[in-house]
Amino acid sequence: MIKSERVVKGILFLSSLLIILITAGMMLSLMNGSIPVFKEFGLRFIISSQWNPTEGREEYGAMAFIVGTLLTSLIAIVLCFPLAFSSSLFIGEYFQGTRIAKIMGTLVDMLAGIPSIVYGLWGFYVLRPLIVDLGLNGQGFGVFTAGVVLAIMIIPYATSISTEIIKMVPGELKEAAYSLGATRRDVILRVLIPNARSGIFTSFVLAFGRALGETMAVTMLIGNANIIPDSLFGPGNTMASVIANQFGEAEGLKLSALISIGLLLFVITGIINGIGKLIIKRFNS
Amino acid sequence: MKAYTLILAIALFLVSCGNGGPDKKSGTKESAPVDLTAAGATFPLPFYNVAIKNYTEKSGQSISYGGVGSGGGIRSLKDRVVDFGGTDAFLNDEQKSEMPADIVHIPTCIGAVVIAYNLPGIDQLKLSNANLQEIFMGNITRWNDPQLVASNPGLTLPDMPLTVVHRSDGSGTTYIFSDFMSKISAAWESGVGRGKSLMWPVGIGAKGNPGVAGTIKATEGAVGYIGSEFAFAQKIPVAQVENSAGKYILPSLESISAAAKAEIPADTRANLTCSSDPEAYPISGFTWIILYKEQNYNKRTRAQAEETVKFLSWLIEKDAQALAQQVNYAPLPLKTVEQAKEILRSVVYDGQSLLN
Repeated sequence: MIKSERVVKGILFLSSLLIILITAGMMLSLMNGSIPVFKEFGLRFIISSQWNPTEGREEYGAMAFIVGTLLTSLIAIVLCFPLAFSSSLFIGEYFQGTRIAKIMGTLVDMLAGIPSIVYGLWGFYVLRPLIVDLGLNGQGFGVFTAGVVLAIMIIPYATSISTEIIKMVPGELKEAAYSLGATRRDVILRVLIPNARSGIFTSFVLAFGRALGETMAVTMLIGNANIIPDSLFGPGNTMASVIANQFGEAEGLKLSALISIGLLLFVITGIINGIGKLIIKRFNS
Repeated sequence: MKAYTLILAIALFLVSCGNGGPDKKSGTKESAPVDLTAAGATFPLPFYNVAIKNYTEKSGQSISYGGVGSGGGIRSLKDRVVDFGGTDAFLNDEQKSEMPADIVHIPTCIGAVVIAYNLPGIDQLKLSNANLQEIFMGNITRWNDPQLVASNPGLTLPDMPLTVVHRSDGSGTTYIFSDFMSKISAAWESGVGRGKSLMWPVGIGAKGNPGVAGTIKATEGAVGYIGSEFAFAQKIPVAQVENSAGKYILPSLESISAAAKAEIPADTRANLTCSSDPEAYPISGFTWIILYKEQNYNKRTRAQAEETVKFLSWLIEKDAQALAQQVNYAPLPLKTVEQAKEILRSVVYDGQSLLN
């Protein structure tokens, strides 16, 4: 028995070690690939928004893509919040355990299973003409269009975790509040949210992380203009999208610039998760 | 034991036949087929696919061509992992000298970049060189701009915003387009320049020819550039463009082919943009197969070298060139075929010519 336990322990140790090794290896190879561009441009690579791949005039700066990535993800999370939060309340609290909540829950989970290219197509053929008709933008491509589709894509991530967290709030607490004469609104605002807020927040951090890295649907809708968007509706580009677009024919300094953008995306995702953890810690203390 | 010797005898007999066979039959029948592998540009891929299929059916020779992009094709040949490579841009002297041995360029067909647009009710549009510069540098933003109206007398251009659509990925199509733009416009050359991907002053990026074509189709008032083979196959409306003779030319297989009728260097390394031929469509370009001049490398057999040259000489002749037209590529003019033949004659195995 002790022997078998040791075997299991060994396997678990090895597989966790493997994950750490893979992550470290990725980080290392990204850093290694980034060296040429940082040697050439230094910090300017991060703060400049010039992206000129023309031979002889090469100049690479990632700022336009950093702004595009953060902007689309922010639009997504802002639009996603009311929808995801209210549907998790619907499923996890108001109609908890009922048939309609189950159907609703399944539908939301199904959203997570739709390939991103399908979201892209929907955005291209349905949302984009709508945005043109509303007069928000001449051709419909832009940061806002991409953000709206991203919002829908990340709803299931935020909703399903939030729902579970909301369900986990102890029934006794809620019943106690009711017995003190609290209304449903009071219960939600004063019992449910304070108890579940760190979990709910985590779910939105996860959803935000998902939005940061999304590629295909964004590429189809953002307009792929390698500039800092001039307005909320103007075209731009994101970090993941520029890598997917330009990787094919890239070599030399340009390849290094694309790898560095990958590294920056890695770092930004890490920073955002870190900030998320800090805020959660504050909630809990 | 008896069975063993019998098998051995049969095997010996077969081997001796194998040795004697090709010598006896050489010239009349194919020798044992060798597999040829190639990789490179994706632009001519539809042509190469149909040509190879046809050639294999005819000769039994199996050839595989992987569409990995021009850069990948050059790298594969450099690493000597393919028999020949494909590229849309010729190797300049510096790139040529970086190859481990001397290489030659064989043009296989001609493609072009067309200016596609989406203007409801308009199926004829002329764009002067000045118009193209102003549109793609973002200075003309509406279709009823006086400069566009001046190029299109008798046409009522709508008061509609103009949306430029370009490639978001690196591409030979963008290179040919930007090479043409650099030749016709000093402002473009100094402001944007030539390249497979560019710093665009204006517009929306979309991935691949299908992406650009789809975006133009779905956006009223859009204008962009697409590979001719794709535009012809999809029957997308395209603009007439001013050529070196000042004539407005609609891209067609004939006008694109005419671009190579002008004087080109013997090694065919030339951009066909702004050809001096008066009937030529100005935004045209060759696509090439590249291979080593000395075919004996990396333990390649003489049969492999012979098959390579045989296939390539078939590819530039009229049967294969007719296939090219079926899939919307412009054929090489006869003069170019002769030039390419001459280059193929210079390809050798151990210093001996492979083609007479």
